Amino acid sequence: MLFFIISGPGIVVMVADNDAGGITTYAATGAKYGYNLLWFLVILVPVAYYVQEMTVRLGAVTKRGHAEAIFAGFGAFWGWFSLLDLMLVNWLTLVTEFIGMTSSMKIFGIPPYLTVIGVCVLMGIMVLNGRYWTWEKIALLFCAVNLIYIPGAFMIKPSVSQIIGNGLIPNFPGGFNNELFFYLMANIGTTIAPWMLFFQQSAVVDKGMKEKDIPWGRLDTFLGSVLTVVVAVFIVIVTGTILKGVSIDDAAQASLMLMKTNKYAGTFMAIGLFDAGLLGAICISLASSWAFGEVFGWAHSLNNKIREAPWFYANYFVTLISAGLVVLIPKAPLVLITLFVQVIAVTLLPAALVFLILLLNNKKTMGDYTNGLWQNIITTSIVLVIVVLSSLYGISTLFPQMFK
Amino acid sequence: MLRNFFNQNFAKVRDINRKYATPNIEMSGWVKASLLFLRFYLIFLVGLLVYKFITLL
Repeated sequence: MLFFIISGPGIVVMVADNDAGGITTYAATGAKYGYNLLWFLVILVPVAYYVQEMTVRLGAVTKRGHAEAIFAGFGAFWGWFSLLDLMLVNWLTLVTEFIGMTSSMKIFGIPPYLTVIGVCVLMGIMVLNGRYWTWEKIALLFCAVNLIYIPGAFMIKPSVSQIIGNGLIPNFPGGFNNELFFYLMANIGTTIAPWMLFFQQSAVVDKGMKEKDIPWGRLDTFLGSVLTVVVAVFIVIVTGTILKGVSIDDAAQASLMLMKTNKYAGTFMAIGLFDAGLLGAICISLASSWAFGEVFGWAHSLNNKIREAPWFYANYFVTLISAGLVVLIPKAPLVLITLFVQVIAVTLLPAALVFLILLLNNKKTMGDYTNGLWQNIITTSIVLVIVVLSSLYGISTLFPQMFK
Repeated sequence: MLRNFFNQNFAKVRDINRKYATPNIEMSGWVKASLLFLRFYLIFLVGLLVYKFITLL
């Protein structure tokens, strides 16, 4: 019973992490490489867990959000750098959520402008009811809908032996090249994103979690890590089975193609895409508003009414509506934006992770909850791998002949 | 009214800069330099991505 009371931030942030951009990335990965990169997704379970677990400890011990923790720990320069970095990437990611939601609803005949209006109204109602707990339980309901990909995968009857044979043994299909680096980075970027660090820590604080709740927070985060990768794996299996070798631009296109083979699998993909976009939008817009509120000292809790926290809610709605409007711009390159935003997010992730690791090694603040040796080894390795991959992608962009 | 809005917020930013002028975590010179290098290196990589994005448009 206590777990159900404490659970929330970890599961919500991890499942919301399978946002519209994520669904597109997984769908495209399956179509491009079949099952061959499933092993890489499985590795992302401990990667996501170790990174996000640090935010639980940091939030529960310091009772501060991530933005405020960076300002206090590293000073105003790094604080503003991180905050503005977060704002920009969050806003871009929010645009991709609206891209996903509008493209999935178009399949069912709903025009984009109606989807944008409907989503803004729904999200407004969710935050304006005035309680963090209510918001969290509604978000968890949307998280449950995110599991819709699982029955979709069973419906198409994939070959289990092929999945195990091709997918679980590490391999680099097509060899090292610009495209592979791009997909690896996009998959990392969709599993750990800077907004997740800020969101989970602020949610832990807003929820009122204490140090004694950390073990439950860890379990919550672990379950979330497993869930997020399970959903990712099933999406890759769906497109890897039916659409392998087919060029996919986005998940909505994948849904339409799937509908020709299996109506239900395609419909589930479309519903799941909308749900993923909505969950992502719910969390990302909050992550930004919490971060700004923490730094500027505004009232910034969902437990505050709009009159008590006007700037918090103003920031929330301005970010949300402006991102929604981008999607309505005629001929905007929406698919390209979706894929690139994932890669930009993962490229900037090491900077956020380095600050997180340094904060968790501050014994004065963290006391008994300071990072242990293994935590430091694992998280530092994650940072190094991401920097190396980003660099390889950068080199392969500048010198593509090097990898041919 | 707009002028007041900006003046108030600039004053707020100055307050924040004063409040967080002294970091809690002591960083040696090489740690600060490494962090700064990492930041600019990553921004360079993002610049490359933006370049790639523009070439694909």
